[in-house]
Amino acid sequence: MSPDAILRIDALTKLFFGFRALDSLSLHVARGEILGLVGPNGSGKTTCINVVSGLYAPEAGSVVFDGEEVAGLSTHKLVHRGINRTFQVPKPFMHLTARENVDVAIAYGRNPQGEVDAGALLASLNLDALASRPAAELNSAQQKMLDLARALATGPKLLLVDELAAGLNPAELDWVAAKLKDFARAGMSIIVVEHLMGFIEQVTDRVVVMNAGHEIFGGTLAEAVQDGKVVEVFLGGGHAG
Amino acid sequence: MAPVTAAFAILPSVYSNHLLLFNFVVFLTLAQGVNVIYGFTGYLPFGYVGFFGAGAYGFSLLVMHLHAPPVLALGAAGVSAVALGLLLTPLLRLSGAYFSIANLAASLAVLHFISNPNLEPITRGPYGVSLSGVFNPDLAYSIAVAVMAFALIVVVYLRNSRFGLALQAVREDAVSAASAGVDVVRVRVYAWLISSVIAGFAGGVYAWYVSVFYPETVFGSDYSIFAIVFALFGGVSTIIGPIVGVVLLYGVYNFIGFSTPQYFQLIYGALIILLVLFLPQGLISFVKRRGVDVP
Ligand SMILES: Nc1ncnc2c1ncn2[C@@H]1O[C@H](COP(=O)(O)OP(=O)(O)O)[C@@H](O)[C@H]1O
Ligand SMILES: [Mg+2]
Repeated sequence: MSPDAILRIDALTKLFFGFRALDSLSLHVARGEILGLVGPNGSGKTTCINVVSGLYAPEAGSVVFDGEEVAGLSTHKLVHRGINRTFQVPKPFMHLTARENVDVAIAYGRNPQGEVDAGALLASLNLDALASRPAAELNSAQQKMLDLARALATGPKLLLVDELAAGLNPAELDWVAAKLKDFARAGMSIIVVEHLMGFIEQVTDRVVVMNAGHEIFGGTLAEAVQDGKVVEVFLGGGHAG
Repeated sequence: MAPVTAAFAILPSVYSNHLLLFNFVVFLTLAQGVNVIYGFTGYLPFGYVGFFGAGAYGFSLLVMHLHAPPVLALGAAGVSAVALGLLLTPLLRLSGAYFSIANLAASLAVLHFISNPNLEPITRGPYGVSLSGVFNPDLAYSIAVAVMAFALIVVVYLRNSRFGLALQAVREDAVSAASAGVDVVRVRVYAWLISSVIAGFAGGVYAWYVSVFYPETVFGSDYSIFAIVFALFGGVSTIIGPIVGVVLLYGVYNFIGFSTPQYFQLIYGALIILLVLFLPQGLISFVKRRGVDVP
């Protein structure tokens, strides 16, 4: 394992009323790496993001970020340390304008590079024309981009994106893929949860395959599709995405 | 904001019913206090009067026992309300109706504590407070207008500051607000304490103005219900919404409700439910829908 990992998850366990949504999950992300996190529906990908971003405290295991144990810290503290995320079902501030959505994160996100310009940030995600519209009026793909804008405003070192590509057309997919690669080239580390394997192939350096809350494979996507356990989970488990 | 303050500063010289004017000022203040906590964070405080009563008694205790000058005693009114607010911060963990009911229960508990006959040497228990030594309605009225101006300034600040924006973000979606870096618990507590100090000052200046009152007077649930219905009716999270609500509804109340106040409790109680369900943004929303940005 890379000694210079920005994130190192070890034996992470998250229970929901006794159900093991994460069952001794271990993985790491290197600095500047884009890691794909894949697995059938219900395998715990979103839960992994939720625990790493502080929405839930784990029952056991450790999350080491940038050399420090951060498991169980609250979300805003993790944001200030440099972890941010998008949501599978977008969660903008519906009655606030797109611009105000970003303004909150600019004001409170403690971006180490200083406060970013809201207009430029929105423009970089093709939201500039919608800046003064309430977030509720944006379509789902635009709301996901607004989630991303809010996360970027805080200057994350580690970005967790949960099914950002779902619902985008092929041209938009290419555009988002290029964006993520740009971020990584600038030094950001990223975990991408996605069902679209083409997208995973396009953006990730490496994938971790999850099943039932546990990692069953780590390596390149090309190796993953050769792996017996992975094939069994995807063919037998139903949702191959 | 300035016109409202100026109007109520001048009105006593042209309109003779000073008590009515004073009550308007008190409700304008309380409606803005409700605005802070409900309009900017989404907590509906059915026991809001608890802070008003705490302020009234904080003021009275200092005047009765320490013979403090009224302006200093007003400081104690604010401190008492904030102390009660701090004591009640765990309620902010409850959501929706649970918060509202627990807040109502808390205000009743404080009422029963203060009116306990065993506390007669301190609070005068159920027999009420008399502060005839500091009776000065003209000065008290002026200070009440200043307290109202303070409440208005607070709301203007919330409408135009990053802190106010953070509060609205928390109201919209607490998880996303945390993702924007907002310490959700902390900003909620701040808003709660700000709204409590507003009601505390209002209660203190009320005690000063009337000088004689009973626990039931300053802990009456009418104050909570009226302040909430006025704020909701006009439209919360704006500055002028609560003002419009007080002027219209308290105007109607004084015009026809004086002889039959019991119906108004019923009507206003029902109105709160209807507003929350069907017109959460109040009358202001009719203007907003036309694309007008209401301050
Ligand atoms: N808040 C929750 N409460 C109860 N169960 C949950 C909760 N969140 C996720 N789960 C359960 O945990 C499992 C993993 O869910 P999730 O992480 O969303 O999977 P994925 O994102 O891989 O589709 C599912 O069985 C889901 O029902
Ligand atoms: Mg998911």
